[in-house]
Amino acid sequence: MPATYADPAQLRALVKPEAVHRDLYTDPEVFRLEMRHLFANTWVYVGHASQIPNPGDYLTTEIGDQPVMASRHTDGQVHVLYNRCPHKGTKIASEACGNTGKFFRCPYHAWSFKTDGSLLAIPFRKGYEGTGLEESEAVRGLAPVGATKVYRDFIFARLAPTGVGFEEFFGESLSSIDNMVDRSPEGKLVLEGAPLRYMHPCNWKMLVENQTDTCHPMVAHESSAGTAVSVWEREQAKGGPKPMAVEVYAPFMAPYDFFEKMGLRVWPNGHGHTGVTTSIHADYSAIPGYYDQMVEAYGKERAEKILGENRHNTVYFPNIMVKGPIQTLRVFKPIAADKTLVESYTFRLVGAPDMLFERTLMYNRLINAPTSIVGHDDLEMYERAQLGLHADGMEWVNIQRLYAEGEAEDVTDVAGGTSERQMRNQFHAWLKYMLPEGQAQEAAE
Amino acid sequence: MSVTEETTANVTEADLTAFIYREARLLDELRYEEWLSLYAEDAHYWMPAEWQQTDPKLQASLMYEDMLLLRIRVERLSGARTFSQKPKSRAQHLLQAPQVDEIDMAANRFRTWTPFHYAETRGDEFTMYAGWARHEMRLEEGQLKIVLKRVDLVNFDAPMGNIQLFM
Repeated sequence: MPATYADPAQLRALVKPEAVHRDLYTDPEVFRLEMRHLFANTWVYVGHASQIPNPGDYLTTEIGDQPVMASRHTDGQVHVLYNRCPHKGTKIASEACGNTGKFFRCPYHAWSFKTDGSLLAIPFRKGYEGTGLEESEAVRGLAPVGATKVYRDFIFARLAPTGVGFEEFFGESLSSIDNMVDRSPEGKLVLEGAPLRYMHPCNWKMLVENQTDTCHPMVAHESSAGTAVSVWEREQAKGGPKPMAVEVYAPFMAPYDFFEKMGLRVWPNGHGHTGVTTSIHADYSAIPGYYDQMVEAYGKERAEKILGENRHNTVYFPNIMVKGPIQTLRVFKPIAADKTLVESYTFRLVGAPDMLFERTLMYNRLINAPTSIVGHDDLEMYERAQLGLHADGMEWVNIQRLYAEGEAEDVTDVAGGTSERQMRNQFHAWLKYMLPEGQAQEAAE
Repeated sequence: MSVTEETTANVTEADLTAFIYREARLLDELRYEEWLSLYAEDAHYWMPAEWQQTDPKLQASLMYEDMLLLRIRVERLSGARTFSQKPKSRAQHLLQAPQVDEIDMAANRFRTWTPFHYAETRGDEFTMYAGWARHEMRLEEGQLKIVLKRVDLVNFDAPMGNIQLFM
């Protein structure tokens, strides 16, 4: 489809209710527009406040293709700033996480900035006298992003100066983050453990879609989870309790009916989750002492409500997935139309037994590592899809499962767990935030 | 292993070195059942994901696998529906001479340290890795067995693609 996707009409033509055009995954111009519009107009995850607990602490990351950092100022406030010296463009911070002391100092010409980004000093400043520097954008210091919000220690930012508000964008979907945090007897998470980083030669949206694709586990993961089950059945004869690793692997082989019944919920703006009534995380062995801690902290009724919520995967559009019952967060970082960096983070529930964190780490390495056999299964499928999409025999990717004409868009609703409704929900939001402001309203109507 | 069979009373540096080379050769020749037989029943294969990591379970690891998990991996590699092995991967180890860190007959504990380059290939893709392997071994009925193999990649913190075989 030769097109100039800067033209909104051309862009709209790529998304139908039941199918999307392959250019969403393969076209460099679509990717460039995603970086400019989608990742600027939406609220994107930046990091966790526990990574930067003290003044002077910072972390670096990307929002789309934009280098940014989150900095803890002397007053305790978190500022998300573009990681770029206003002088010559040099990246100010180069480490994933660190402490800069009282100020940031550019390593090139020693321009320095307070931890809220404002300009502190320029060496030999008299060379700028009478030059009009005070009128330049350079004198303003490190540029802040459009808006920053810290929600229960999760740091999000919107690059665009104006646009959808945080509460409006996420709405009730924040309940999945709430549930993950509430699972700590102290209501607090600490990001702990190095992230597992996994490079994928495919478009970032394939990974996001896969999070709520419940018709692939019993097929694509037959090789890993299926083998785990059959090897365990043989080993079982030797006796002993079911190992934690088998508890992690085995539910991937659950039948279609299980996934259908577990349900799926969509929320406006592209967010959604699988596992409404139950999930593959519901039947793990109890961790000794944990339940009692929760009852003591919250009372029996509330504790059971928190622990009874076993959501599977929650997608926060555009590019993260959260597992409340497992305390993991995956970030799908777009690098190019056909390249995505997946970073999988783990959280410790403050005040909970070590064994819960042990399970979190085990889950992460068994499922999300470049050495994970489940990961190998998935990556193979993404890679084949990325290559297969170049076939000119057909141009559309089907997302029609359990679709009914006139399906409500941009609403909160519950569907069968094998529905592709969350994928449709994501593409509806994709179009909404890809189009320039104002045109987004049109498209929604 | 003929060497150790004859030397149950004493394990030499040469025994340990030969054992390490033999492990790499079995992996390069994809002889996984024989490879597994080099491991003790309570053994672990560990790939840390942090620098100078001390705890395999409460710090992030790329792998920390007991014999059950290793058997699952080996069986999966030859599965009819293991699509990530169509085509199959191959591997090649280039080992620096292992350094013997410990020979303790009384404690029945032997440790080596082996820098390596490792290549894994599949289809048109070819990937190089570099790191250090630490082996902890013991004698069981006159045979050396691996109790712990620890593989530290020099770039453990970099994003990697699929690592499907064993270093």
